[in-house]
Amino acid sequence: MSAAVGLTLGPVLFHWDAEAWRDFHFRIADEAPVDTVAVGEVVCSKRLPFLADHLPAVVGRLEAAGKRVLLSSLALVTQERERRWTAELASGSGPTMVEANDVSALAPLAGRPHAIGPFVNVYNEATAAWLAARGARRLCLPPELPAASIAAIAAAAPPGLAVEVFAFGRVPLAISARCYHARAHGLAKDNCRFVCARDPDGMTVDTLDGERFLAVNGLQTLSHGCANLIEDAPRLARMGVAALRLSPQRCDMVAVARTFRAVLDGRMEPAEGRAALARLYPAAPFVNGFLHGRPGAEYVAATAP
Amino acid sequence: MELICPAGTPAALRVAVDAGADAVYCGYADETNARNFPGLNFSRAEMREGVAYAHRRGAKVLVAVNTFPRAGAVGPWRRAVDDAVQAGADALILADIGLLDYAARTHPGQRLHVSVQAAAANPDSVRFYVEAFGVKRVVLPRVLTVAEIAAVARAVAPCETEVFVFGGLCVMAEGRCSLSSYATGQSPNMNGVCSPASHVAYRERADGLVSRLGGFTINTFGRGEAAGYPTLCKGRFRTGPATGYLFEDPVSLDAAALLPALREAGVAALKIEGRQRGRAYVEGVVRAFREALSALEEGRPFVSPGLLSLTEGQSTTQGAYRKAWR
Repeated sequence: MSAAVGLTLGPVLFHWDAEAWRDFHFRIADEAPVDTVAVGEVVCSKRLPFLADHLPAVVGRLEAAGKRVLLSSLALVTQERERRWTAELASGSGPTMVEANDVSALAPLAGRPHAIGPFVNVYNEATAAWLAARGARRLCLPPELPAASIAAIAAAAPPGLAVEVFAFGRVPLAISARCYHARAHGLAKDNCRFVCARDPDGMTVDTLDGERFLAVNGLQTLSHGCANLIEDAPRLARMGVAALRLSPQRCDMVAVARTFRAVLDGRMEPAEGRAALARLYPAAPFVNGFLHGRPGAEYVAATAP
Repeated sequence: MELICPAGTPAALRVAVDAGADAVYCGYADETNARNFPGLNFSRAEMREGVAYAHRRGAKVLVAVNTFPRAGAVGPWRRAVDDAVQAGADALILADIGLLDYAARTHPGQRLHVSVQAAAANPDSVRFYVEAFGVKRVVLPRVLTVAEIAAVARAVAPCETEVFVFGGLCVMAEGRCSLSSYATGQSPNMNGVCSPASHVAYRERADGLVSRLGGFTINTFGRGEAAGYPTLCKGRFRTGPATGYLFEDPVSLDAAALLPALREAGVAALKIEGRQRGRAYVEGVVRAFREALSALEEGRPFVSPGLLSLTEGQSTTQGAYRKAWR
């Protein structure tokens, strides 16, 4: 039943060293049991030049390995160079699908197969159907959607629209024009010295009472807790979800993907999968509250199916 | 430039109209609008009466249906659109693509505005909404500088632009923030609330007062320090390099001093935030901005209203409009 559910590796949201970013994807191409890989800078346009040098090689290696590649666009587009970049990406005529993370990418993509990323607000089946009619083939839903919404959207999805759910990684919660890494370091955004590169897994944000709470990634704010829907995977499969998205953190993402694959294929119990993931990524507790209609910071243990 | 004023209640609507609003914006008393607070907003009958009151005095009413319809239950949002049209709304303020599509198809003559919750932060996004749904105006997110606003306004004309000039200030791109629901389960996009009072707690400790949201400490205040409301993005937090207001100081937006620049930028309408605020706030702010706008239009010396006492924070900022942090 669940063999049909695919795995997608999301774009690296953090500012990784460019060679490390390239090598990470080479290993994904060679070893990870994921069907689809989204690549590209989503958070900060100042980081774009670093990845651009390696992007063709990474896309080539992934496609040669049989992966479907999505070229992810920026989530927040305000400056002229960001508009140009987004327009160039979305207007490109290459065979590789673009994943739109901002409404500004939608017009040039209309009429051609494309993907909708989790940063475009799709909260209901009417919006999903409208986008599908314009050429959307894949749709990664916003992480804050509860199971009831996911089920309704998946059930009503037109043929040819694959619905995907954010299933692993720190949860993107907000994007701003302002850089909180630069602010915390007392720097201006235009002279940021790329301090975000010091926190390749996100900068920890604690409450004044010392509780781990959030993680800052330049313009983006994520959860401290790491989304983990592995115990919910069988239920998501029954809803008709076509793929689970694994968002790269600083851990063995090949092993993370293998663990999800094993649970989806029925070779591993979900609880066992959760324990395996806890060993692979001990940096943060797991959260899945959004899926259960609870505060996103909570983890709700799976009940027997 | 039109002055667009908040009305959380029928009484606030009348006060705003009487104080000189060109238009008021308001919503129905349910989760279809982004200020879904207890005791606020309009019944169907109140909306019809409010529209009639405003129209008799030459003012417009813009109805916000600007949360994102719940999957499998989009009915209430479509009814809100239908009823607002029926009530004679001069425009609908919408954020969801599916709902814009419904409104454009079902009510082809109805004027549609793009809500700030749609986060249309560049000309390409605005053009998308114009071409797809025939929208006539876009409310710009509070992440742009005045120069960027001018560039957007030029590029998207004849589509009009509306900008916030006073009140609460989102520092995140609006409509793209789940911080509130991460801590409380309630979000602006789905429930029309941010950092809701139902999830707020204050606790006295030996060292002072602690404000919490959904169990997370958002701020602590020493003895004698004024305690603010624990809106998540206005809290104090600890990171490796710094401890303090990580995202934004507890400030409110006051762009009154920028009115000449905003007019120069080609902005069509100025928006005052605060449907959750009382009548005194609405009357004071609307009157002050009406006077400032009249002075500007008549070429009289321009005096910034100076509305510090009416803000929610301890101080004001011109926000992203003047990006000191860039």
